[in-house]
Amino acid sequence: MKNVFKRVAAVSLAAAMTFGFAGCNTNGESGSSNNGAGNGGSAGNGGTLVIGGIGPITGGAAQYGVAVKNGTQLAVDEINAAGGVNGITLKLEFQDDEHDAEKSVNAYNSLKDKDMKLLIGTVTSAPCEAVSKEAAKDNMFLLTPSGSSVDCITAGDNCFRMCFTDPMQGSIAANYIADNMSAKKIGIIYDSSDSYSTGIVSGFEEVAKTKGLEVVEKQAFTADAKTDFSVQIQKIADSGAEMLFLPFYYTEAALVLQQAQGKLDIPVFGGDGLDGIIDVLGDKVDIADGVYVMSPYAASSPEAKSAAFTKAYQEKFPNDPLNQFAADAYDCVYAVKQAMEKADVKDASISASELCNKLKAAMTQIELDGVTGKTKWAADGEPEKAPKVLKIVIKDGKGEYEVLS
Amino acid sequence: MMSFVSYLVNGLSLGSIYALIALGYTMVYGIAKMLNFAHGDIIMVGGYAALITMATTWCPVWLAIVIAVVVCTVLGVVIEKVAYKPLRGAPPLAVLITAIGVSYLLQNVALLTQTANPKTFTSIAAGAPPFLLVFEGKAPLFFTAAADSPYGDLKPVLTISMETFLAIVVSIVIMVLLTLFINKTKAGKAMLACSEDKGAAQLMGINVNGTITLTFAIGSALAAVAAVLMCSTYPQITPYTGSMPGIKAFVAAVFGGIGSIPGAMIGGVLLGVIEQLSKAYISSQLSDAIVFLVLIIVLVVRPTGILGRKINEKV
Repeated sequence: MKNVFKRVAAVSLAAAMTFGFAGCNTNGESGSSNNGAGNGGSAGNGGTLVIGGIGPITGGAAQYGVAVKNGTQLAVDEINAAGGVNGITLKLEFQDDEHDAEKSVNAYNSLKDKDMKLLIGTVTSAPCEAVSKEAAKDNMFLLTPSGSSVDCITAGDNCFRMCFTDPMQGSIAANYIADNMSAKKIGIIYDSSDSYSTGIVSGFEEVAKTKGLEVVEKQAFTADAKTDFSVQIQKIADSGAEMLFLPFYYTEAALVLQQAQGKLDIPVFGGDGLDGIIDVLGDKVDIADGVYVMSPYAASSPEAKSAAFTKAYQEKFPNDPLNQFAADAYDCVYAVKQAMEKADVKDASISASELCNKLKAAMTQIELDGVTGKTKWAADGEPEKAPKVLKIVIKDGKGEYEVLS
Repeated sequence: MMSFVSYLVNGLSLGSIYALIALGYTMVYGIAKMLNFAHGDIIMVGGYAALITMATTWCPVWLAIVIAVVVCTVLGVVIEKVAYKPLRGAPPLAVLITAIGVSYLLQNVALLTQTANPKTFTSIAAGAPPFLLVFEGKAPLFFTAAADSPYGDLKPVLTISMETFLAIVVSIVIMVLLTLFINKTKAGKAMLACSEDKGAAQLMGINVNGTITLTFAIGSALAAVAAVLMCSTYPQITPYTGSMPGIKAFVAAVFGGIGSIPGAMIGGVLLGVIEQLSKAYISSQLSDAIVFLVLIIVLVVRPTGILGRKINEKV
């Protein structure tokens, strides 16, 4: 009797697993056909060119990956609706890497099997470093919207980037403060367990020295101790700093601002990680009044280009996160379009390596006027663009960005 | 000097919260001889319960706290009945794994229902003036907002917020009440008896299962209070809010001698103060390392913790 039961159990388990896998497969296929859904209408005669995308759509970093996927898709659909690039229809194939380097390389290989000709990605830094090495071997054109660590694009001359590197962001912040603000004594709180934060701080300090800014107090915290900032705030207050620099994400920054209430009364300057602080503070947003945020894109920005992008994105993806990652990805597709036009690519059957050679030559010659600002590229793949500094202002109890530069 | 006082007071406030959480660990361990690793996540649930009820228009703050306490108490009892009671005779390792499982279950349910986005918590003392303002060379002000200060634009050199003050006072009151409850009431004495010797307690006519349930209920209620105090002091909540304080409180319980109620109180407060002072005077990055280093030293010198008793096992 027991044996019979075991067999029944085994068979039903096996059946369940088969169904399970079958389920996975169908999901995968429907997912990819979804991705390409936008290109049906206005096919040109140059064929269809597959753009690969890799990023975390599930897991802890999903909000970045989803934003990039949507931003890319939005641009691809717009370009196709307007007749494609030189008659070539674009098609996006996006794969999940769960912010894991190994899975990212697997995704890259599987995209190559799907006839990917160029890659927009990857979204996060560590996977991007791994994939860029593979892409350099294959001479596959790679443009990362948001991989901000320095080594994301050092693997070869095929790699380009849309966002600032972390140290670059820090040096831009220092330059901006030195040139535009009266504060000379700077206090820094940073997350010593996060490469984004330490990267910005290193860039900031380097420029601060040459620009006559003095870092009077530098206080760290770590990922395991990021709720209590009373000590760090007290030390900054004791140091006589005139401005507080917060190069980390809005989650912790919201706590710092709230705990600094009544104890520290100096202006606050943050990196692009602070974008989102208005939402997280909710009805307590008035404590963020006057906070400076460096971000290439803000959803509430009054600029025409940004506003149009925001509207289109929210109509198409009303429930998904909208942040600078989406804007960077959107700009990436238009940069690729511009480079393809410059290089006069007319046939989608061109090999990936040949396309890469043409694109990397063209990239240094174009100037993109995108949602995240006017961008040019140097031969090493780094973008040259003016930073945007936004100031949070409170109107009728709601937080808004005012564009300063 | 004022900075030192500020670090110390913040340390006491943080330590009081650790102590409240540590009480839950230590009571459950003392009686059920198990480590309830889901305790930290009960804090998180309490925080969300208070957050959600406070967001409604009809619910005053005191009622939100009561609701959080009730939710946590019921949750603690249900977890005990569903997950731990069936395993009462099982090896300790099985119970430990179950506790970790319950912890993950709570976190993931919270992730699903509340999402991973951090939510800003409205302090229970929102709008209240700071407890104490100290000015250079002037008389200190109690319960006065900085804007109402009679000293004009003079900046206070020390500010103790209402939340910090409340955390310390509420914890002291609760600890006194708990000590009285355990030493003076029948139910409390039954808990003591169960922790000494379960078998003998049963023979004396004590309802051991009922006592264990009561312990979980009290521990979880304390967790709810700790949740409200913690989320008011550090006004943010995510599904992982409870895990790190849970671990720290567990350390505090071991530090003070696990199973000992005064030990958990002393351990919690010491841990909070050591953490803040080492952050201030040694390194803000190394504070956790220093806390655990102190734990190791204490355990090497006194393996049972500060107030733990050595139990001689009969072989």
